[in-house]
Amino acid sequence: MIEFRDLSFGYKRGKPLYEGLNLTLSPGSIYGLLGPNGAGKSTLLRLLSGLLYPKSGYVRVGDYMPKDRQPAFLEDLFLVPEEFYLPAVRINQFVDSNAPFYPRFDRAQMTAYIREFGLTDNQKLSELSYGQKKKVLIGFGLATNTAVLLMDEPTNGLDIPSKSQFRRLVAGAVNEHRTVVISTHQVRDLEALIDPIVILAERSRSHMTVALKATVEEVTARLWFGLVPELDKNRAILYSERAVGGYAIVAENPIGESSRLDLERLFNAVQAEPARIQQLFSTSTFATV
Amino acid sequence: MDFRDKQAIYLQIAEHVSEQILLGHWSANEKVPSVRELAAELEVNPNTVMRTYEFLNQQGVIANKRGIGYFATDDAVDKIRTYRREQFLQNDLPLFFKNLTLLGIDLREIETRYDEYINAPTNTQ
Repeated sequence: MIEFRDLSFGYKRGKPLYEGLNLTLSPGSIYGLLGPNGAGKSTLLRLLSGLLYPKSGYVRVGDYMPKDRQPAFLEDLFLVPEEFYLPAVRINQFVDSNAPFYPRFDRAQMTAYIREFGLTDNQKLSELSYGQKKKVLIGFGLATNTAVLLMDEPTNGLDIPSKSQFRRLVAGAVNEHRTVVISTHQVRDLEALIDPIVILAERSRSHMTVALKATVEEVTARLWFGLVPELDKNRAILYSERAVGGYAIVAENPIGESSRLDLERLFNAVQAEPARIQQLFSTSTFATV
Repeated sequence: MDFRDKQAIYLQIAEHVSEQILLGHWSANEKVPSVRELAAELEVNPNTVMRTYEFLNQQGVIANKRGIGYFATDDAVDKIRTYRREQFLQNDLPLFFKNLTLLGIDLREIETRYDEYINAPTNTQ
């Protein structure tokens, strides 16, 4: 279990990014962390890995506080950052020198990932492209079998077939003990992979809040996504945009009509109406479902 | 797999599974792929496949054998046909009727065409 409790953080004095942020993540899921540029998605992942410390409140991962950086905590968490440095060594040397930090690291798994991504063990990391390096790091992260796997914009820089491979590998590498958190802007790449969805939005006084944390099932129980020929004034529409044949809308769904979640439009609806979204998804209304 | 239409993804996957059973690719009393296998194959969240399997379990298309996994039931094919028939009558038929009235097509013309369709040698089931 991962828990952010009353967490405050900011890079500059007098300019808080988060104030009193609360978020709980449970194992066995692939969470999608979405938010506008500068919303602090990477910051959340860094707080979770012990790379940054909360100003007040806390982050807890199982029995550990990331800021304590205890070895038993660090060997059970892996972060694939968006920007990274890899040394000028061969892939197998990189694996040899880093795998021992992760007790459940599986070499056979790593070998399979490297092959799947079209790389070979003796290639030099410094001679690989950004996308290829990223694949090495993603494969390594999956093969560590840590309880917590964090990936910051993992599909950035991946070519089209690699994105598909990425989805396949992640879908196959999650189990009930593992918590995977993927922060992304590439919602089209990952639409069918991430569930539950966590969306950050600006709520008040210019700091960010968790405006939504819900499974796809919970989202479609409360919101309806679809195309309508005209905007109906009697309908509680949270977001609309012009589309071929009318308007694509996100509306409240009092009768529980089934529809297919559209992640991009959900994101826009949450940014437009964060307070209403929070209200619709608050625990008190959950209890009735 | 491409998820394009308006239907929820877990239902589209249910259709995919049903299709495999109807086509005989997965037969009665045979184990269907595990949640993780199918999730990886379709590149979707395993929880979504879980939801699909729970749904198909409810429909009686597959059944969970404790500790082993899900199996297609004896009457899976019947169950799928029944479910699809209901879906067709509830969802597709009203749309069809709407188009008939909208375009002013007489039911007798439909009847004639239906007879032609049924009697064509390529369409016999």
